[in-house]
Amino acid sequence: MNEYLLYPGCSMESSARAYMESLLAIAEPLGLNLKEITDWNCCGATEYVGINLIPAYSLIARNLALAAQQKNGMKAVVAPCSACYLNLAKADHYMAVRPMLGDKVNDALAAGGLHYDPGTLNIRHLLDVIINDIGLDTVKSKVTHPLHGLRVAPYLGCMVPRPDYQNRWSDHEHPTELDDVLKALGADVIDFPMKTSCCGGHMTQIGPETAFELIRRLMYEADQYKADIMATVCPMCQLNLDAYQGEANRFFGTNYKMPIVFFTQLMGLAFGIPAEKLGFGLELVSARTALKQIGVEVPIKEEPKRRKVEGLPMPPRLLLKGNNGKKRIKEAAK
Amino acid sequence: MPQMTDERVHAGLIHEEDLSLLNEVSIKTAGVSRLEMCIQCGSCGGSCPVAMDMDHTPRMLFAMLRAGMRDEVLRSNTPWMCVSCYHCVVRCPQDVLIADVMYTLKGMAIKAKLYRDSTPPDFSQTFVGMVENYGRSFEFGLASRHYLTHFPLRLPGMAGMGLGLLTKKRMHVKPRRIKNIDQLSAILEKAKTLELAS
Repeated sequence: MNEYLLYPGCSMESSARAYMESLLAIAEPLGLNLKEITDWNCCGATEYVGINLIPAYSLIARNLALAAQQKNGMKAVVAPCSACYLNLAKADHYMAVRPMLGDKVNDALAAGGLHYDPGTLNIRHLLDVIINDIGLDTVKSKVTHPLHGLRVAPYLGCMVPRPDYQNRWSDHEHPTELDDVLKALGADVIDFPMKTSCCGGHMTQIGPETAFELIRRLMYEADQYKADIMATVCPMCQLNLDAYQGEANRFFGTNYKMPIVFFTQLMGLAFGIPAEKLGFGLELVSARTALKQIGVEVPIKEEPKRRKVEGLPMPPRLLLKGNNGKKRIKEAAK
Repeated sequence: MPQMTDERVHAGLIHEEDLSLLNEVSIKTAGVSRLEMCIQCGSCGGSCPVAMDMDHTPRMLFAMLRAGMRDEVLRSNTPWMCVSCYHCVVRCPQDVLIADVMYTLKGMAIKAKLYRDSTPPDFSQTFVGMVENYGRSFEFGLASRHYLTHFPLRLPGMAGMGLGLLTKKRMHVKPRRIKNIDQLSAILEKAKTLELAS
């Protein structure tokens, strides 16, 4: 059993709920034992570092200090979110190479009774753990429902393969690790040239036109390669391409309908876990059509039924005429 | 050498106000920035996916830093456009920590109140405010406040998406607070009294 401390990050509980659900579902077959860091806090994303440096690094380091306390012989901290992974890895790295930063951050941590020695923890991304600790052979051995015929565009985004402080990835711009995992699942993996291009990051919030252009490039490229679906390792990438695809389409007059899901969701499918336990159906650009091709049905959750009444939903005059009115509504609904 | 200047400032041999702008930015950056090693090759601007929307490419900005053009640098939209994709960082032949330098410049622009568009710093500050209050990010509060203030006209087009995220429970209506928020507040209070370059 591989035991790790888990740093989930804020988005895993909300916008990337499908990532968390599918990760928990595949953890058991993969022999992955994840212990959530107790009382972790937000990593500050890409926002805090741009405002005030020492507080930003202290915010990250509180998590490192808590994790070091709770380590209990475990190998490493695993972060499934790219931004969280990078922030934790960066704080650990910079506190070591710039002792002045390390000292000040520890001054701040001391105010909360905490301390962190850089280098105590090994910070790793989930994909790295799956490839290097669990191994492709184990992944292959768990596949019962290979994804033959599903054209998948592997999409890593930026912050996992770059800047890569510990040289863990095969390449900074065209790494093949995610391709290998998806191939092990039996999928038809596209050699996607934009696999580490930017999804727009926080620009969807502060400079939408800039972000839409970055989203358009990715959609165009995935469409050119006739991808059925995109698979990502990052909550921010998923949110930007999924939730803002419609707005980008309206902005450019395009009509892309490219579903984007987490690679863990596809792993779960290949392991024979039912789609509803893997967070399918939570994506806004539905993956249903793509999955139907390979014989996977995603059950549609019953939406509350609306009464079918002709015309505008005004309080019906009919009701005023006593019971007779109710009957007529029922008839109209038929 | 960056480390040397760094150490000399730390030892009180040089004061911050006597530093060149380039050295000041370098010292205020988290890692060892190597900013003074820039050879003006332009790999950064050529690698940048959003260079088309920047006032200056990173290369130009670094030349301006070296020339001491403080106001022009801090007024540039370049740091605010940076999407932290790290393409330039891995391609830079001199290993300059370009993305981290951009973070430093944002912080300096906020302190000097020299940014032109208030949207990006407001977003960052609203985000940080939520994190300081709850210890976790709070997307619903952040998004509604941010869009109402800065993009009210985008709201009708976004209603469907927002509703989708809410009904699929991909966005929570109430914030979640960590247990030991007092500890986090104490840490951040203390951290705010500290600066890297002093």
